[in-house]
Amino acid sequence: MTAVAEPLIELRDVCRIYELGETRLAALQGVTLEIERGEFVAVMGASGSGKSTLLYVLGCLDTPTSGSYRLAGRDVAGLSSDERAAIRNREIGFVFQSFNLVPRTSALENVELPLVYGGVAPAEQRERARAALRSVGLVDRDGSAPSQLSGGQQQRVAIARALVNRPALLLADEPTGNLDTRTSLELLALLQKLNRQQGITVVLVTHEPDIASYAGRVVTFRDGRTLSDLRQTPAVAREEDAA
Amino acid sequence: MTARTALRALRRNKLRSALTMLGVVIGVGAVIVMVSIGQGASEAVRAQIQSLGTNLLMVVPGATTSAGVRSGAGGVSTLTREDAKAIAVECSAVSDVAWMKRQIGQVIQGERNWSTSIQGVSPGYFSVRDWSVEAGAVFGPRDEETANRVALLGKTVVDNLFGHGEDPIGATIRIKDVPFRVIGVLQRKGQTTWGQDQDDTVVIPFSTAERRVLGSQILGMVDLVFVSAARPEDVLVAVEQIGSLLRQRHRIAAGADDDFTVRSLNEMAIAQESASRVMAMLLLCVASISLLVGGIGIMNILLVSVTERTREIGIRMAVGAKRQHILLQFLVEAVVLSGAGGVIGVVLGIAAASAISMLAGWPTLISGVAVVGALLFSATVGIFFGFWPARRAAGLDPIAALRYE
Repeated sequence: MTAVAEPLIELRDVCRIYELGETRLAALQGVTLEIERGEFVAVMGASGSGKSTLLYVLGCLDTPTSGSYRLAGRDVAGLSSDERAAIRNREIGFVFQSFNLVPRTSALENVELPLVYGGVAPAEQRERARAALRSVGLVDRDGSAPSQLSGGQQQRVAIARALVNRPALLLADEPTGNLDTRTSLELLALLQKLNRQQGITVVLVTHEPDIASYAGRVVTFRDGRTLSDLRQTPAVAREEDAA
Repeated sequence: MTARTALRALRRNKLRSALTMLGVVIGVGAVIVMVSIGQGASEAVRAQIQSLGTNLLMVVPGATTSAGVRSGAGGVSTLTREDAKAIAVECSAVSDVAWMKRQIGQVIQGERNWSTSIQGVSPGYFSVRDWSVEAGAVFGPRDEETANRVALLGKTVVDNLFGHGEDPIGATIRIKDVPFRVIGVLQRKGQTTWGQDQDDTVVIPFSTAERRVLGSQILGMVDLVFVSAARPEDVLVAVEQIGSLLRQRHRIAAGADDDFTVRSLNEMAIAQESASRVMAMLLLCVASISLLVGGIGIMNILLVSVTERTREIGIRMAVGAKRQHILLQFLVEAVVLSGAGGVIGVVLGIAAASAISMLAGWPTLISGVAVVGALLFSATVGIFFGFWPARRAAGLDPIAALRYE
């Protein structure tokens, strides 16, 4: 990563205003934010602070009401829903608090999903999905349905799914919210490893300072604006510690 | 790709998929069964028309209505053999003519006796009625000229006069106490459309009947003239020609009642055929309604499925599914359900139709058009009723779908 490289994420004066009948709800009120490739950023804030809306805008699930958003140098604020779907498919991986795996569908088929929509040949789908499951340590559970997996295992499958198309950006929305402390640590260790070894940019939304301490940068939100933006030395989560 | 996804989704919920399909299975099966019963019935009627003889017309003496006294058709004998011969010569639309004298009488063979219709006919009768012998031979012009005592038996008469395994050919029977030699057995013709057993008859030469058996005072009177028109489309022309010829021969003034009636045997049969066609259409309508209900069942299940799988749709959108992917997935699910239901329905329908014709003895006819039509219709039902739920799924907002509980 050289200094001249442009940032992966570039938000300029981004506003997102929801119109609910008479009332206008400004979830984001002029956010300007740059995130370099390879960063591990935690977005903090109380509920209603706009951090989830930020994540949806970053993930191209939502579009800003005003302002510009450049992802990897490309303006994505004004794209159509199909173009945004293609960007989500290639550039972005999602990890959610409630795992969001397709029920009654094997771990392997869940991981294959982004490849299915990316038009990858079936044989290659299988191979890459297996590799992704192997990288999260779950290759031996590839035939299990989500209901047969523990919470931590389900979240690992979700991470494998997020990474299978080799995106530049991994967006995690409260990924440890449904996990116990030990499993949370395991998961953070996995995210740190992916960030360090594969250079994947991670943006993690959380309201727990403990979790945020594992990130190299913490952006705090309040009322739709950035309150603070601090760089820090991350705490190190080691998988062996947790185990 | 989307097809595979749709198939996986259907496999995930096998019982529901099977039950959804059941509506279409029953609908398509019902269509196949109904159509084959309907077509079997009209085919049977067609066969009956054939059995009456092609393009057959009948002339009977007496008017259907006559001034003052109403006498039924055949009540007064005014028709002669000469009339029949004149019809053959002078009516261009007529290809063949035969005449008949008939009476109910007792027939005796050995210990057995049977009351049947004794019919004295001209030699041309068998070709006009398109009737041949099963065994033996028909009589010819020589038998007519010499008034030979030879007889042909209908199957019903054979069954009643002869025991099992007895050969009627060459046997001697007594018709109204006059001995006859049996020279042939007529092929089974079955019932007429109005329920008369055509095989319950003994057929002898016309001259023999007139002079030796039925004993009429005036020679040359006939009870019935059979006319066959040259071609089916000539039937109406032939009716006209026969009518005007006989009015002229019988010197009937314009406006006066005819003393004869020309009847087309096909009329009744045609009426019955159109009745059976109406019946078939009705059955098809009922069956189509059940197919429609099956389609609504598919739509209902898919709508429930879209709601239930809102989150799944959100996940798919989040990982890069475009709207058309979601739309296609649900459409393919609908078409696979209805298409597979259609195939199973066709198979079951054909099986049921064969079972019905075997067990109930109804004639059925399975037509390729009905099979292809039912399959196409069921696929169309899938597209039609799948489209709305599919569009609803594709129109979901990904964020709302992901948050859906």
